[in-house]
Amino acid sequence: MNLTLKVWRQQNTEDKGALETYQVKNISSEMSFLEMFDVLNEELIVEGKDPIAFDHDCREGICGACSMHINGRAHGPWFKNTTCQLHMRAFKDGDTIVVEPFRSAAFPVLKDLIVDRTSFDRIIQAGGYVSVNTGNSQDANAIPIDKKNADDAFMAASCIGCGACVATCPNGSAMLFVGAKVSQLALLPQGAPERESRVLNMVAQMDKESFGNCTNIYACEAECPKGISVANIARLNREYISAGFSTES
Amino acid sequence: MSLNSKIPNGEISDKWDDYKGHVKLVNPANKRKLEVIVVGTGLAGASAAAALGEMGYKVKAFCFQDSPRRAHSIAAQGGINAAKNYQNDGDSVFRLFYDTVKGGDYRAREANVHRLAEVSSAIIDQCVAQGVPFAREYGGLLSNRSFGGTQVQRTFYAAGQTGQQLLLGAYSALERQVALGNVEMYSRHEMLDVVMIDDKARGIIARDLITGKLERHFGHAILLCSGGYGNVFYLSTNAMGSNVTAAWKAHKKGAFFGNPCFTQIHPTCIPVSGDYQSKLTLMSESLRNDGRIWVPKKKDDNRKATEIPEDERDYYLERRYPAFGNLVPRDVASRAAKERCDEGYGVGTTKLAVYLDFADAIKRYGRIEAGKTGRADLDEASIIALGKAVVEEKYGNLFEMYEKITGENPYVVPMRIYPAVHYVMGGLWVDYELQTTVKGLYALGEANFSDHGANRLGASALMQGLADGYFVIPYTLGNYLADEIRTANIPLDHPAFVATEKEVNDRINHLMNIKGTQSVESFHKRLGKIMWDKCGMARNENGLKEAIEEIRELKKEFWSNVRIPGSVSGINPELDKAGRVADFIELGELMCMDALQRRESCGGHFREESQTEEGEAKRDDENYSYVSAWEYKGESDWVLNKEELTFEIVKPTQRSYK
Ligand SMILES: Cc1cc2nc3c(=O)[nH]c(=O)nc-3n(C[C@H](O)[C@H](O)[C@H](O)COP(=O)(O)OP(=O)(O)OC[C@H]3O[C@@H](n4cnc5c(N)ncnc54)[C@H](O)[C@@H]3O)c2cc1C
Ligand code: SF4
Ligand code: FES
Repeated sequence: MNLTLKVWRQQNTEDKGALETYQVKNISSEMSFLEMFDVLNEELIVEGKDPIAFDHDCREGICGACSMHINGRAHGPWFKNTTCQLHMRAFKDGDTIVVEPFRSAAFPVLKDLIVDRTSFDRIIQAGGYVSVNTGNSQDANAIPIDKKNADDAFMAASCIGCGACVATCPNGSAMLFVGAKVSQLALLPQGAPERESRVLNMVAQMDKESFGNCTNIYACEAECPKGISVANIARLNREYISAGFSTES
Repeated sequence: MSLNSKIPNGEISDKWDDYKGHVKLVNPANKRKLEVIVVGTGLAGASAAAALGEMGYKVKAFCFQDSPRRAHSIAAQGGINAAKNYQNDGDSVFRLFYDTVKGGDYRAREANVHRLAEVSSAIIDQCVAQGVPFAREYGGLLSNRSFGGTQVQRTFYAAGQTGQQLLLGAYSALERQVALGNVEMYSRHEMLDVVMIDDKARGIIARDLITGKLERHFGHAILLCSGGYGNVFYLSTNAMGSNVTAAWKAHKKGAFFGNPCFTQIHPTCIPVSGDYQSKLTLMSESLRNDGRIWVPKKKDDNRKATEIPEDERDYYLERRYPAFGNLVPRDVASRAAKERCDEGYGVGTTKLAVYLDFADAIKRYGRIEAGKTGRADLDEASIIALGKAVVEEKYGNLFEMYEKITGENPYVVPMRIYPAVHYVMGGLWVDYELQTTVKGLYALGEANFSDHGANRLGASALMQGLADGYFVIPYTLGNYLADEIRTANIPLDHPAFVATEKEVNDRINHLMNIKGTQSVESFHKRLGKIMWDKCGMARNENGLKEAIEEIRELKKEFWSNVRIPGSVSGINPELDKAGRVADFIELGELMCMDALQRRESCGGHFREESQTEEGEAKRDDENYSYVSAWEYKGESDWVLNKEELTFEIVKPTQRSYK
């Protein structure tokens, strides 16, 4: 198939940036979306032009590096899917596809489709862990965990840190990302000792990083490639409120 | 140079305890003055950086991704082994040790493997304490499954996302140390050389991948945890950025390269669909627990899989290897698939694929579920629905991934799979302490050659990476650093730093100034094709000799005709890739040389000249029971050193899984 691409080009963070138009020909429906970009970049290089910069690594939906906003949707038209897993059979001959970076005040553009998501790392630094030094642990089966809680914790922990939730949210909120980590550790006995400080510190860091507030729009859940549920936001709120009460009292 | 593997004396089961009991220690006040550089923050690097930070060392950690959470380890699917014997099925430290040495086709060092088996249990304890959500049974205890090459259930897992969960555990431990100020994290940085002062590694030159600027960093010791080099084949299951550069630069500064030709070709990957293909996707080995592998009994059978009746299917692994069936080790399963396809029994449009079929498993699980609730009289469709739910819980994310890529539903039609490059057993040669032949320079995780011999068993790479990082290096590094407490930080304007930075800078400018006509990618693809055709699943003398010539030609062409757009400053992924491909080309030559000198078949290394009458790999212990450790002398010039392997416990026999 032949397609028209409108791709965001921006030299660096200071540059204003703009959409540029490219034609790509003979694209197979078996290709992945990023392989289609490889083909385009190969042509640009041979023509002596600057190829389009984009983040990617695993190309199998698990590292969370890829971050394209495709036709107005984070990670494109398929649900529960990352950009790298999107395949060209999602499009048809003659389509025009608009590709932009994930946009959010907390994710400045570095170049073209590459954004800076280190704010997520800083949120984890604020408390997204259990404080256990290496070698300080008891036998793994000494802590039986209810299967339902273990499964829910796993579901929350499967967040890939891509930032689609933030890019999708009209307020640029990171509540789904933070809620997922807080929930994972709140559901497990290992997380209990630091339960209160964790949620307070992570939320404080989130606020510092220019993420917006959650107004219960839930676009994040719809666009999350891993299907992280907004139930995690509800749990985050509960944890936050009860931590607030107990530290004040 | 003679190789000293520093294996402690004594009984195999006492060596590590004895070592720990006598190793030199660094007192806490001195630890704060000692700086350690950790290159790479996958499982090996993140665990090492976190553990060393906890101990009080000053750590600087580097990775080329935007966050340590995205290292290639994140993609590991199936699981991690540990000799917990929670299933009471006869597992033990000894059995894990034995299986690993045998699985590695008797080309690994016994003492290292034994230590790995000893610390395996503690890894699971540590991860659970961090909140890693492993799969559990209804009673709340941890669940296990089996993996290829073993007859016990010792693999811990988190659906098909075990690597993700383990890495996020190590990442959280690392970020905690960052928050405490014990670790400084340099993301989007690429290490491009080792700085040597008086025959010791004293620092690195790294490039900031956002600004393009070179930086100098001092360390009392340097740990390379930079992962494997499977991408030398262009197509592999590795992440796109995985590369050999860090290890290769170290090699050129004096670190010997161990068994470079030992590559693991994984039997169950989604087959290649076209020449635009950028990577291959693994379908975890855990699927072989429940999936049955088959091809039609008739050559060139073009019927759909579901139309081929049971008695016209050849379950060739079950037929050839009744004792292990579909759970034979990877090298054996891969070669068997290749053999069937080469003989004309392959399936799918390219005929380079075999079926991995879940129909029986779905029915079996369905019946068990029905039985549990006393509904044994359910109709077939309901049983299948129950069974599908069980299979989905075990492998749901893999089935989804398969469907996204191929557009086919594996709950209904069998998966099509074919072997693909997956892992490298080869890597920097290290001694028992994980130190390379360069003083102060260590290698951990997939970047070293240490524990898997000529073939790695499934679920053992995650175990090794975390063993190296959490439980080995914290002890062995002290043995070196205890003598370094008087070494003050070396200023960054030391001539060695200046000269090394200049070398790196000159090379980058050289690359940029070639201004040829071919993209970096096109050279990488050509290298991959040479390697796959001639140094892949089967190797022979002629092919390897040709490959060496072809790679030398390719190298000349690369250095005269590569085109790198953009500039040195700012983000330039093409420039990053160019440096990596240049190193892959040099490595490819060494891999072929290594494969050429090893005129035996062992594990993943199959020399066509050395096979049994049934076509199984034939080892030659008399002549090749050694680790090849290559010493770099200059362009296309290496000296082969040998570390003889002695087997005191596990007596080498011809490996049999029949
Ligand atoms: C698809 C897949 C599935 C797998 N499944 C399993 C499994 O189920 N069980 C199992 O045991 N094993 C599995 N493996 C193997 C296992 O995942 C790897 O061997 C292991 O994760 C490697 O970990 P590592 O820490 O050594 O390296 P990696 O995770 O590759 O990390 C390398 C690190 O080094 C950094 N780096 C590299 N070069 C440089 C440089 N020059 N400068 C700065 N930083 C650098 C990278 O940024 C990264 O942080 C699988 C592998 C693949 C490909
Ligand atoms: S919650 Fe979902 S969308 Fe947000 S970072 Fe995690 S995986 Fe991405
Ligand atoms: S490239 Fe890793 S999730 Fe897309």
